[in-house]
Parts: sequence; structure tokens; C-alpha cells
Amino acid sequence: MPKSKIYPSFDVAVADIPDNVTIGFGGFAVVGQPVNLYGALAKQGAKGLICVSNGTRGGSTLPEDAPTMEWLIKNDQVVKVVCAFTAPTRASQRLVFSEYYESGRIDAELVPQGTLAERMRAAGAGIPAFYTPAAVGTELAEGRETRVFNGRQYLLEEALPLDYAFVRAYQADSFGNLRFRRSQRNFNPIMAMAAKVTIVEVEEDILPPGAIDPDDVHLSGIFVHRLVKVPPAPEGWWPMRPAEVAARNAELAKAQGDAR
Amino acid sequence: MSDAKGLTRQQMCDRLAMEFEDGWIVNLGIGIPTLCSNYDFGDRQIIFHSENGVVGYGPLTAPGKEDLHLVNAGGQHVTMNPGSAIVHHADAFGMIRSGRIDVTVLGAYEVAENGDFANWKMAGQKGGGIGGAMDLAACAKHVFVAMEQTTRRGAPRLVERCAIPVTAKGAVDLVVTNYGLFEITPDGMALKEIAPGISVDEVKATVGCYLIVPAEVPPVRMRG
Repeated sequence: MPKSKIYPSFDVAVADIPDNVTIGFGGFAVVGQPVNLYGALAKQGAKGLICVSNGTRGGSTLPEDAPTMEWLIKNDQVVKVVCAFTAPTRASQRLVFSEYYESGRIDAELVPQGTLAERMRAAGAGIPAFYTPAAVGTELAEGRETRVFNGRQYLLEEALPLDYAFVRAYQADSFGNLRFRRSQRNFNPIMAMAAKVTIVEVEEDILPPGAIDPDDVHLSGIFVHRLVKVPPAPEGWWPMRPAEVAARNAELAKAQGDAR
Repeated sequence: MSDAKGLTRQQMCDRLAMEFEDGWIVNLGIGIPTLCSNYDFGDRQIIFHSENGVVGYGPLTAPGKEDLHLVNAGGQHVTMNPGSAIVHHADAFGMIRSGRIDVTVLGAYEVAENGDFANWKMAGQKGGGIGGAMDLAACAKHVFVAMEQTTRRGAPRLVERCAIPVTAKGAVDLVVTNYGLFEITPDGMALKEIAPGISVDEVKATVGCYLIVPAEVPPVRMRG
């Protein structure tokens, strides 16, 4: 019998992650974001990390005290990010990442979102590189290889393999077959395919084999190595409604004010 | 808002939404463009596509009714129309790069008279926010822009050449601002319709490029 993929906690699931590895973090605007795994990795303390994700924080519907990549950045665990957003999208917004980036403490590779997804898809599909029309004629393409196909110019992009992928899923069976719910899928299956080791935070109780119909599996367990059931709040992190996030943030601000 | 004159943001987006044809697959950028989905399309079937793989999303959800697993590309909680589908990110962008998107509506800092536009990096900024804009701008059949006529400081956003790094070259077809509707033509930037309460001289004074102005400029078409 192979070793069980079911791990008792997030701490145990991330315990052996060494320094200087590349980790993909799934999720888009909080949905499908591996929030609990961010928290466990911040506690574990691996350093020299290259972090791949859509952005460096996630969406606005996370309360201020929820674990995000910002925890890893503040812990000086991150040397580089590979993201589709490396600056705030609004002038009023401030990112923890920006302080570190602007002062040269963290490096960044800015990648168009579709290219980011396809570079990981390619890695998971055994394809070393591909040509894309995105970013042709922009600053990002300067000095890089392009080629004309059928009269149109394309930019060469290389696959982006990962050492680890951290993902969040709705259902899993003990083989690691996954189902996602609604827009939770986003980058998650692609990152899992690109990674040597995929660690999943699972929302529902982990199911016995056969409980998910084979036709309903979104990601084969071949790509999945470790599963952890998300415990109920407050021990585990669960998504919150915008109104709940606002209330939580107000509570945190008040507590901070009282402490001063 | 830099300038309250002319069209409201909703009126700007309504005008662009009037151009969407029955059966079109539409991708709306974050910010002002999201308002296009509020337009009443009547009998026209419009399919809204989102970079995170939601194909066929509907109106925003009411507070308290959110499905916490479902957002559009702007992170807003939305509903799903009958016939919707979910795909992963690589497939969502496969739809974009293979030319399935009929129109994308994007925000911008600058649009040039040759159709170049810039929306990912502000002047002097380190890093940027590209998101899906470069894929969309390079591959959608039409690229529309919705933005304010000028910057907060009153500088033109419709310009001869973009001063900040571009998102794509020669991509933009149509621009709506609070001052009017502009088309990128082979001959340059043309004023097609003008916002109520705005004069042609005001439009000319707030652009940074040559503007093709017909003898009669019709008012911006309004909903209803």
C-alpha cells in the first residue's frame, strides 16, 4: 500500500519544505486561495522562496488578519514573486509587497495572466516553451525572442515548473482526485499539474475512493500528493461575506486603537 | 472622479454596451467597464466571460446572498445565468488567445490616435498590474476603452503617442469618455458623438492629439 495522502494538519503537510524552492499558490480574488497553507508555511519558516501566484495578496474579501503571501514577505521568506500583478491596481491601495520590492529586498517577474497560466499548463503537459501573441510590442517583450507565424508576431515563453503547489479544493477522495466548486478552480488544477508536490486544503470531509464519480473529477489524484481537511473556524480559515470582512476589519482596527 | 462634467460612468458604459451584438462573448475589465453588465440588452443574448473561468455570469449578487465560491475577474460576487460553464484559468485564456472573445472593454490611462493604449503601469511606478489585459488586448476581436477624458490633474488621456508603457499596439477600436465617443480610424482619432453639455472646443482642448471632427457631431446615444 502506498503511503496515505491524508495528513493530520497543515503544519505536518508543510513540515519538510526546504529553503530555496518555487511554490505556486492557487486562487483568484480569494476564491480557491490556500489561506490555511499560507499560515502554516509562515509558521514553518522556509526561506529563499520563489512564490508564483496571480498577485501578492488576493482579493479585498479577506480580513486584515487572514494569512496571505504578505505573511511570508514580512517574514523575509520570499526572494522573488512571479505574478500578473506586482503593483496596486488603485492609487489609494498599498501592498506590503511594494515596500519590499521598491527597496530591492524582493525581486519580481511580471507576467500577463494568460501567459502565467499557460506557462504552468505547459510545465504540467511536458512542453518546454510556446509562442503567444500576448505582450508583443510591449516593454515585457524587449530583447526577447519572437517569431512570425502566418504573418503575425508571437513571443516565446518558457514553461514554469513548480516544486510545490498549494491549492484549495471543495471535495477530494483519498486518492487525491479533486473537485472544485464554481470559480474556485481558476489556477488550482494547472498549478498542481506543474508541481512535483501538490498540497491541498480540502473543504469537505475527505471521501472514500469511488465517492466522486470518475466523470466528475476535475483533477486526477496523479497530480495530488497531500490532503488536509480544513477544520471549522476559527481554527481553519473559511471564506467570509464582504459584510463579515468589513465587520472583522472594524473589530481589528478598534482593538489596535485600544492597544495604543 | 477627475471631472464630473458630461456623461456618468454608467452612461459611458451604456453607450459601449449598445455596440454589443446578439450572441457576442464579452469580457469586461475591472473598474469602470464592469458597469457594462448593467445595461438592459433586451432580446440580445450576451455571454460574459471572466478570466477566472466563469463563462456566462449574470448580475451582481445582493448583499448576504453571495456564493462565496463565485466571483468575476474583478472579485465581485456574481450570479450565473442558465447555460453557464466553469473552466480553469488556462482554458479561460485559451478562449481569449484563440479569438473567441468578440469584445473586451478595458479601462486605460492613455489611448493614442494609432490605437496603442496603456493601462498596466502608471508613470514612475515599479512593477505593474497587467492581469489579463495584455492577452485580451492582443486577441479580442474588438477592444473598447472606457475612461475619464482627462487625468485628475487635467492632462489629456487621448494622446498622439502613449508616454507610459503600452499594453498593446494598435489594438483599440472605440473609446468612450465622459466627453464623448471616439473611434480610432486609419486616419487617426475621430470624434463620433459628444456628451450633453460639452462643446466641441472643450473636447479639442482636452485631447493631446489631432482630432477628426465632422461638421455635425451628434449627441451621445442614450439608453431608452
